[in-house]
Amino acid sequence: MIIHVAWKNIWRNPTRSLVVILAMVVGMFAGIFMVSFAKGMMKERLNRGIETEVSHIQIHHPKFREADELKYQINDVFQKTKDIEKIEGVNGVSPRIVVQAMVASAETGSGVKLIGTNPDREKTVSNLYTYIKKGKWFEGISRNPVVIGQKLAEKLNVHVRSKIVLTFQDDEGNITSGAFRIAGIYQTVNTSFDETHVYVRFKDLDQLAALPQGAAQEIAVHLSSQKYLNQVKNKLSDMYPNLEVLTWKKLNPEFGYINDVYDYYLYVFIIIILLALGFGIVNTILMAILERVKELGMLMAIGMKKGRVFRMIMWESVMMSIIGGTIGVGIGLLVTIWTNHTGISFDSYKTGFEALGYGTTVHPIIDWGITINVMILVFVTGIVAAIYPALKALKLNPAEALRTE
Amino acid sequence: MSIITINDLHKVYDGTQVEVHAVNGVTLNIEEGEFSALVGPSGSGKTTLMNMLGGLDRPTSGQVLINGTDLSQLKDSELIDFRLHHIGFVFQSYNLIPVLTALENVEFIMHLQGVPSAERHARARELLEAVGLGDRLNSRPGQLSGGQQQRVAVARALASKPRYVLADEPTANLDSHSTENLLDIMEELNHKENITFVFSTHDARVVKKAHRVIVLEDGKVISDEVREKVGASNSNE
Repeated sequence: MIIHVAWKNIWRNPTRSLVVILAMVVGMFAGIFMVSFAKGMMKERLNRGIETEVSHIQIHHPKFREADELKYQINDVFQKTKDIEKIEGVNGVSPRIVVQAMVASAETGSGVKLIGTNPDREKTVSNLYTYIKKGKWFEGISRNPVVIGQKLAEKLNVHVRSKIVLTFQDDEGNITSGAFRIAGIYQTVNTSFDETHVYVRFKDLDQLAALPQGAAQEIAVHLSSQKYLNQVKNKLSDMYPNLEVLTWKKLNPEFGYINDVYDYYLYVFIIIILLALGFGIVNTILMAILERVKELGMLMAIGMKKGRVFRMIMWESVMMSIIGGTIGVGIGLLVTIWTNHTGISFDSYKTGFEALGYGTTVHPIIDWGITINVMILVFVTGIVAAIYPALKALKLNPAEALRTE
Repeated sequence: MSIITINDLHKVYDGTQVEVHAVNGVTLNIEEGEFSALVGPSGSGKTTLMNMLGGLDRPTSGQVLINGTDLSQLKDSELIDFRLHHIGFVFQSYNLIPVLTALENVEFIMHLQGVPSAERHARARELLEAVGLGDRLNSRPGQLSGGQQQRVAVARALASKPRYVLADEPTANLDSHSTENLLDIMEELNHKENITFVFSTHDARVVKKAHRVIVLEDGKVISDEVREKVGASNSNE
């Protein structure tokens, strides 16, 4: 019956209560949709990062990533490739020669990361070949084909079949260069990646770099599912204790950051919204109490204990928060489902999004963990917001409260 | 036996300059089944005395014993419980819960007492029928006249099965017809159920009906007149 009375109390002043509820609806909708939107953007960025750029796991010489020199090699990469392919969950392995190089066209030059890979094997660890916009993935050029990104092609002012020269320090420390002809130009949504990654065939680069037989700098491993990540990583670490085995989370600090830390930002965002809404509730409940001092005095006089008065006021606040919160979260989820289906296009901000490596169409995703926590926070906000007004009500002296007009 | 015993009751309010003796040495016995009016001009200490009789305020010195229970010995939470189970209240401005129906208003106090739903529903209906509002069970206070609201308040006061009912100027806001009607109902309950009623009032119509009239002035009893024998004998010092 206390809840029944609390419920009716909310509707004494419907306009005032509805304003608070509406604020809660808008706030929670904004919060949930913001979370879904950010999650959608992150997930797309992560997927693209894994599928196109880094793959799930990479193996290097422990010093390679820090020094980035050709001499920090992995030996017997072809044998290792065969061994790794047998591990459960692995669906693609590609050894790569990786070296910092200068690329030059007739007009200009640029620093790039030069990657020597087997074109067919590369397809099993990365979907970069699906992003070829002009020409083909290592086809159509028989001698020294090269695949570069659209951004770099623009910078160098080169086209398919144009000749470019790649220069770098070989394994013995000598400056060496080779002429390559462009077979294909790719364009991902990450322009900075496109500008700095140049792909040639493993055997061509192997020759130029004068590497020992079977040596390479990197083995990229692609998994059939994310769930094998730690399992395969541990297995590889056991198999090659002298090599550095890293998952995508460590390989690209930005990804790990996105994945783990971004949630906290979303919570901060939600808590700020709830804090603002909480003050709205405090104000509303406080007004509602000041309006019925006499009635509260009467209730205490006839024998309603303070705990009950306190609970009644709590319920009023909690019910308002829950109604507003539930509707807001509900609308947020519906809009998320809908926009997940249709996608939200940001074509007019294409350049900015792509420079950061994000796609221009975002598909928001529901994060149930956060949604449930948000509902709990809404409930807590209702309780916390009512504490001050409720305590104020408890300080009333029934005899005095009854005499107020 | 006395239902209420008041022994040398004092209530002193600490003003900024002077102390105000709102109640200044009142000694009274109120017997079970009385129908008494506490009369006096504004500032006579009526309200203060009523508050102490109802356990809403604590005396500076002296005792209020209700059925032998010394109210000053009770802790705040015990006092609330005592009010809930032993005292019925009727207020000048009805003080019903505006969002609840007449029936729910009467039921609410029984809910506080922990009476099961079906039982309190039946009793609330019975009481409202007794005060002549059997056809207005689902009306809200705003839909009822002042007299009807005050009858709901009387039904509510009786719902908790109190030993006595304290009514603070119950007719102050009522027209003469409603006043007559209300007083008749209360008198009947007093007769039938032997419920003790104590009114504070300066309404001549109430005073006329009362079986005992206690006049207060400056915090003291200046006259105490018993007009009719009610129940056991009255004290009259």
